[in-house]
Amino acid sequence: MDALDGNAIGGLLQEVFGTDMTIAVGTCAFCGRTGPVAETVVYLRAPGTVVRCRTCGNVLMVVAEVHGRKCVDLQGLAALQAS
Amino acid sequence: MSPPFSRGFHRRHQTPAGEEGRVPPGQYVTSDFPVLSAGPTPHTPTEKWTFSIKQGGGTEKSWSWDEMSALPHENVTADIHCVTRWSKLDTHWQAVSIDTLLAQVQHDAGYVLAFCDGGYTTNLPLPDVMNGQAWVAFGYEGEPLPPEHGGPARLLVPHLYFWKSAKWVRGLELLDHDEPGFWETYGYNMYGDPWKEQRYAGD
Amino acid sequence: MEGTAVRGRLTWQTATVSQLIDETPTVRTIDLQVPDWAGHQAGQHLDIRLTGDDGYRAERSYSIASAPGEPLAITVERLEDGEVSPYLTEDLRQGDQFELRGPIGLYFVWDPARDTGPLLLLAGGSGVVPLRAILRYRERTGSATAVRLLYSARSLPDVIYREELDHYNHDPGVEVSYTLTRQQPPGWTGRAGRVNAAMLADIAWPASQNPLAFVCGPTSFVEAVANALVGLGYPPVRVKTERFGATGAPGGP
Repeated sequence: MDALDGNAIGGLLQEVFGTDMTIAVGTCAFCGRTGPVAETVVYLRAPGTVVRCRTCGNVLMVVAEVHGRKCVDLQGLAALQAS
Repeated sequence: MSPPFSRGFHRRHQTPAGEEGRVPPGQYVTSDFPVLSAGPTPHTPTEKWTFSIKQGGGTEKSWSWDEMSALPHENVTADIHCVTRWSKLDTHWQAVSIDTLLAQVQHDAGYVLAFCDGGYTTNLPLPDVMNGQAWVAFGYEGEPLPPEHGGPARLLVPHLYFWKSAKWVRGLELLDHDEPGFWETYGYNMYGDPWKEQRYAGD
Repeated sequence: MEGTAVRGRLTWQTATVSQLIDETPTVRTIDLQVPDWAGHQAGQHLDIRLTGDDGYRAERSYSIASAPGEPLAITVERLEDGEVSPYLTEDLRQGDQFELRGPIGLYFVWDPARDTGPLLLLAGGSGVVPLRAILRYRERTGSATAVRLLYSARSLPDVIYREELDHYNHDPGVEVSYTLTRQQPPGWTGRAGRVNAAMLADIAWPASQNPLAFVCGPTSFVEAVANALVGLGYPPVRVKTERFGATGAPGGP
């Protein structure tokens, strides 16, 4: 089960944030790696979408659809800057 | 406004006739075994593998792969139900009952938190992993459990949604309170009874 | 409205299939009519959503195969155990409809008005789709940007857009080459085997020329190629990646 990258959730994140997030810059709260969301490691085939840091593997973001509503947890990000 | 239907499009598998009673609400039957994962597949060699029961910050008991393999094990046939709506009927596992493991530990815990290689966790009430309801499974359909399905060993708790059957399981932590695991933290139900469609928190 | 970057909320729109073109035995291009399509940039993708008459829904993402300004098209590879790709490549007919939203993704975009440096395009299998949109846009705009495409495919019949890509070799600014990984035709003088560091060292623009690389295909292909380019001195920020997963399409089969 290969991981994808943040491009694969471009539509999902634009739906949630109201703007393109593939070029948004995220900072990992665990290791400090900084980079575009497009370059994160994404696991799509799960009860939710799990976005992990490419350097340290920790969870940056989880998007789950609960009763038809998208819920986003961003606790793994120290910062997220949309362009 | 209803969406346009895509002429001729349908899901790949339909529930076999006569089996509807075995399928919880909102599920469909598949003959595949989809691989769902929240992270990379660990590859723990059995020489390094251990299963531990922990309590109060310490380890009560631990088994190596060889020690686990020497325990009585059984063939388990179960229907499994994933919260993503697929169900798979009559899956066959080779497994050690959690009852066998818990019998070697003194405890008065009410809950467990399963922990796994890769950091995944899931919580269950202790009564739900006792009395022939839960296993550590190391074989699937007569073969060693493949890594993508949780090998070398996974938890098997078929009466609950399959996210509770934690892949790559390495042990159980005995707790006096119900501690949300990975998916439970992100909005999924603390218990997960498929017959009551307890998918999300508050269901 | 060529090259418009569409920001703001995405909405699902109804697309009608206007034409179907078989590119290879397992790959089909689908031309689409979308009444309020606002345009796209080269490299972007869209999400499609199919709804069966029992209400069952499936969503997938596909790269846009057409250049900005051309009629919207996607190219889909049929995957053996797929749920959506067999429907799109075998069952879909002219006049059928489904929902889509887009365009999506400002990261994996070539914008000649903004981007500088020679282009290095690296395609693994169906990863060639967004790169073909880039090549078509380059031609459409009369850009003089130098570009090299290295396209890894299993065999020559698996090469998507073969005639079109071969034709680009007549353009002095374009070099298209293939590497065939499983089977080569008799007398084949081109490259064979998977893309590796040596092949890339041979074909890549020197880092000193400030090239811009776009790498697209299965995850293992993208990781190997991107790492090798960084090893050749490409700054990571000049290597854009889009992973399709082992199954070949973003988001699954």
